[in-house]
Amino acid sequence: MIRVVLPLHLRTLASVDGEIELDIAGTVSTNSILDALEARYPMLCGTIRDHETRARRPRVRFFAVEEDITHDSPDAALPDAISNGSAPFLVVGAIAGG
Amino acid sequence: MAMTAVRVLVGTRKGAFILTSDVQRKDWTIDGPHFAGWEIYHVKGSPVDPDRLYASQTSSWFGQIIQRSDDGGKTWAQPGEPEQAAETGAMPQGQSNKFVYDTSAATGRPLTTHQWYDGTQHPWEFARVWHLEPSLTDPDTVYAGVEDAALFRSQDAGVTWQEMAALRGHSSGPNWQPGAGGMCLHTIVLDPNNEQRMFVAISAAGAFRTDDGGQSWKPINKGLVSDYIPDPHADVGHCVHRIISHPTQPDVLFMQKHWDVMRSDDGGDSWREVSGNLPSDFGFPIAVHAHEPETIYVVPITSDSLHYPPEGKLRVYRSRGGGEQWEALTEGLPQEHCYVNVLRDAMAVDTVQPCGIYFGTTGGQVYASADDGDSWQAIVRDLPAVLSVEVQTLP
Repeated sequence: MIRVVLPLHLRTLASVDGEIELDIAGTVSTNSILDALEARYPMLCGTIRDHETRARRPRVRFFAVEEDITHDSPDAALPDAISNGSAPFLVVGAIAGG
Repeated sequence: MAMTAVRVLVGTRKGAFILTSDVQRKDWTIDGPHFAGWEIYHVKGSPVDPDRLYASQTSSWFGQIIQRSDDGGKTWAQPGEPEQAAETGAMPQGQSNKFVYDTSAATGRPLTTHQWYDGTQHPWEFARVWHLEPSLTDPDTVYAGVEDAALFRSQDAGVTWQEMAALRGHSSGPNWQPGAGGMCLHTIVLDPNNEQRMFVAISAAGAFRTDDGGQSWKPINKGLVSDYIPDPHADVGHCVHRIISHPTQPDVLFMQKHWDVMRSDDGGDSWREVSGNLPSDFGFPIAVHAHEPETIYVVPITSDSLHYPPEGKLRVYRSRGGGEQWEALTEGLPQEHCYVNVLRDAMAVDTVQPCGIYFGTTGGQVYASADDGDSWQAIVRDLPAVLSVEVQTLP
C-alpha cells in the first residue's frame, strides 16, 4: 500500500480528504505512483505533469522520507519506506516567496 | 419574456463569486468563493441556456482546469469528470483541461514558435485560458482564448478541446509577441447574424476576423496607430485590449486599445479614433449599452506606466454618440485616493430596462449601476482582485 499526500488544491479537485492509498504492482517510482494516481483520479491529469510529455510542472515538487527527490529520475525505485507504506509520498506546491 | 433576476459572475485572483439580485438591483446575495484559492480568469454563461456556465480556473502551480455548471453555478464539475462521466457511462479521461496546440501537417502550417521578448523565436507554450465564449446557438459549443495566443473550441460541453489552428497559422504568426501580461487571446466576439464570422483580439498582435468559420483569418488593424511599435501603422503588433459590438449592428465594433478608443463601421476593415475629450484614452474594458447601440462606456486609466485612474478619481465615461463626446459618471464612485485598475474582461451589462452596468476592480470592489451609469453602488467591496465580470439577465 502506497500512501500519497496531495496539496490542498489538488485534494479539493479530486474530492479527497487526507492521504490517498494506492496499490502498485512492480517498481514503485515517481512515475508509477503518478500513473496510478491519475488512473484513479483522472481529473488530476495535467495538474502535476504535462499531459503529453509527462514532464513535471515547474512548481510541483516531490518529497520522500524527508528528501527532495524532485530532480531524481522519475523511474528510479523509491525508498522501501515509500513502497511498504511506512512513509508517504508527498506532492508539494513549491514555496513561491512571501 | 419577463425578467426576474440578474446574476453577476465574478472571477478573481482567489476564486469565483456569484452575485444575484432581482431586477431592482438594489439588494444582492453574494455566493462564494467557488474554487477558493485559484485564479478564475473568466466565468460565462450560455446565451441559450443560462444554467450552463463555463469557468476558467488556473494556477501557476497546477495548470488549467475547466469547470462547468449545469445548474446556474450551484454545483460545478470538470466536464466529463467524474460525476458527469458516471451519468453518461463514459470512462473519465482527464481531457477537459487538455489544450494541445495543433502542429499537424493537416493544418497546412504547423507552427511552433513566435517572437520572444529578446527577438528570438520561442516555442508556443500553453499557459491558461483567458476567455471563454459560449456559442450563441448551442450550449455545448464554447470557444476558449488562450495564452500563448490561440483559439480553441469544444463542441462537447467542455469535455475535449481542439485548436482552430488557422488563426495561429496565419502568416504573421511568427511575428506575434507577448505584451507585459503575456501573449494572450483575450477577446472573442461572435456575430449573431453570421455564424461564419468571428472576431478575436490578441495582445500584442491585434485584431483578426474570420468570415469562413475559422478556416482562414485576416488581420483587421487598418487605422490603428501604435507609437510603441517600430511601424505605428503595421498590419499586426498592436496591443488591442478589448473589442465589443452590439447585437443589432454587428458590423460596428468599438475597441479600447492600449492607447486610443477606436470604432469601426465596416466589420473591422477600417478603424478611426473616437477618444475625443476623454481625460486619458488608455484603458482596458469597453462596454456597449444593451438597448442603445451607440452608447458606450470606458474606464480611463492614467497611462501604460500608471495603471490607476487619473487624479485618483474612479470615473466611468459614457458616450451616447458612439464616441468623441464623453461625459464622466461619478455618482457613487470614489472621487479621491482611488488607485485601482479595471481589467479588460471586468465590465459587462445586463438587458434590464434601464440598462445595468457592472465592473470590478483590482481592489476587489464590484460596482453596479441600475440606471444606465448615472449612479453607482458597490455590490461588494472586499473581494480579491477582480479579473472578470459577466452578467446574466434571467427569465
